[in-house]
Amino acid sequence: MINIVPPVLIYFAGALLILLLRKRILIQAIALLVPVIAFVNLLNMPHGVYWTCQFLDYELILGRVDRLSMVFAYVFVIMSFIGMVYAIHIKEYGQHVAALLYVGSTLGVVFAGDLFTLFVFWEIMAIASVCLVWYRKTKASLDAGFRYVLVHLFGGCMLLAGIIIHVVTTGSIAFELFDFGTVASKFILFGFILNAAVPPLHAWLSDAYPAATITGAVFMTAFTTKSAVYVLLRSFPGVELLVWLGAIMSLYGVIYAVLENDIRRLLAYHIISQVGYMVCGVGLGSEMAINGSSAHAFCHILYKAVLFMGMGAVIHVTGREKMTELQGRDLYKKMPITLVLYMVGAFSISAVPLFNGFVSKTMIGAAAGLLNRPLIELMLHLASIGTFLHTGLKLPWGVWFGLKKGDEDEIEDVKEPPFNMLLAMGIAAFLCIFTGVYPKVLYDILPYPVHYHPYAASHVVGMIQLLLLTLAAFWIYIDKLGGEATVSLDTDWFYRMFGRGCLWFCNRLLNGIRSGVQSSLSSEVLSVGKISKNPYVFLEMVINSIQGKKVLYQNIINRPYNENSYRIQIGIGACAAIIFLFFLGIFYIKAG
Amino acid sequence: MVKKLKSILYISIAVVCILGFVFPNKHPHFWWQKIPVFDVVYGFIGCIVIVLVSKWLGHAWLMKKEDYYD
Repeated sequence: MINIVPPVLIYFAGALLILLLRKRILIQAIALLVPVIAFVNLLNMPHGVYWTCQFLDYELILGRVDRLSMVFAYVFVIMSFIGMVYAIHIKEYGQHVAALLYVGSTLGVVFAGDLFTLFVFWEIMAIASVCLVWYRKTKASLDAGFRYVLVHLFGGCMLLAGIIIHVVTTGSIAFELFDFGTVASKFILFGFILNAAVPPLHAWLSDAYPAATITGAVFMTAFTTKSAVYVLLRSFPGVELLVWLGAIMSLYGVIYAVLENDIRRLLAYHIISQVGYMVCGVGLGSEMAINGSSAHAFCHILYKAVLFMGMGAVIHVTGREKMTELQGRDLYKKMPITLVLYMVGAFSISAVPLFNGFVSKTMIGAAAGLLNRPLIELMLHLASIGTFLHTGLKLPWGVWFGLKKGDEDEIEDVKEPPFNMLLAMGIAAFLCIFTGVYPKVLYDILPYPVHYHPYAASHVVGMIQLLLLTLAAFWIYIDKLGGEATVSLDTDWFYRMFGRGCLWFCNRLLNGIRSGVQSSLSSEVLSVGKISKNPYVFLEMVINSIQGKKVLYQNIINRPYNENSYRIQIGIGACAAIIFLFFLGIFYIKAG
Repeated sequence: MVKKLKSILYISIAVVCILGFVFPNKHPHFWWQKIPVFDVVYGFIGCIVIVLVSKWLGHAWLMKKEDYYD
């Protein structure tokens, strides 16, 4: 019998050990061992509620283990291993520490049975993940990191407000299904959908992920949004609002991906699009939809990791992250393995049959069909087209092939990325194909029994039709779809401009008023100061003005203070005393 | 080369159209799922709509110079 511990403790202990150790090989071993130990630990965790402790009058639960939490826990732990293999070559061990804290706190969220525990890990997640952005150490990533963490802390405050209202009104801190409609549930939902990157609360994602370190971004793609999907599945299934938000979200990401030139930001918009499917599944709320959302989260984490790792590898070896700087450089000749592995991820996200997106994404569409939601089904179907168009066609075309425009600089000395990066991509790509070819392994761990057969002939043919004709349309617009050196306005515009407005208000307006008042009053304040040092000069000025003498005011005021100039000569004093004594003597004699 | 690829694409489109008739959807939820070549039409038109609408939105409003926020 293996003693099981909360997974979060394994990750936090690993992070602490890395801080204490000095030897590189030991640190690498710990970083890789932590996910392995956590996985073995997961395999031995029985369903139930355990690891409870008393805090004030409430019971905190660190281990609420059921089928839903286990699906997410499995993929999070697998992903942390893949991410660590990808990142093992880096020498800044702080990144490992941040990553382990990030993953650990996500697992804390997954197994949290009460709202306090949930909130604490929710906040650790935000703080740990922003370190992965800041480790890039550029001005852009510093700024993006600040925006990221401020938005998340704001979302955390909304969540906390909701939790407090919930606890006060119901007296319970249990993290269960919420009754949507109460004030508390609306605050909590706001906090959750902010982390799920639901527009218009999504801009932190497309802003910060491309600014993160190459290896850090791989971790970030997996945990924040998918843990938000988990908490939504747990607490808000069947909320109609989420159906529409999810469907709109899936198309929103697609539209922005058309315009994007930054290769990782394009993928980030596709995270938004894909999480849209999951959010929509949460809203649909049927057993099939919840299975679909969970399965899609599982598959999405794996293929998105491949895609981000592929683009990360391109940035690692070329130092470039804009499509306009990469297209037409024939990279496919120099890094073919990366291209092949990337394409596995691209086919998976596009739901090509035999890849894992096909077995999960279509389940959500089928659930929409079963619930008779025609418009939702068509919107999700349309988003599939956009997904293949960008991730499967436009991005690989622009990065590895593409047409050269003008005589741009060549990229010299490019070769495949380090072995560990390729290995990590290989593991993730293998899992994408494995779960695609043999979906039973995934379907068996889903929250509800699965009655869905993805490989019905008409499904497969329909999907191939859709994708082939997307390819045909891409061919027509191939010249238009190259990168354009622009940035796209998104909802971060509002808080960026609000920030600028605040700065303008404080710096220009308030500070302007202050400096205007200061400069107009400063000479007066100065002379009052000088007069107060030597008040005699004031008298002198008054006397001068009464006498009508024209003495320059500045000359008097700037005259250094000299105590002797105002001291009466001692002879006058002595004379006055003698005169006084003289009269006193006469008075004394007379009176005597 | 390009010509070869193009003909491969045309042939495969023709093949999947025929396959659409061979394997009709046995459990359609909506009327359009009964049409054997619906996904062919939807894929083509959908893709064009996505490209044109997004590019129009981008050029008319959303796309700015790279130093916009500096």
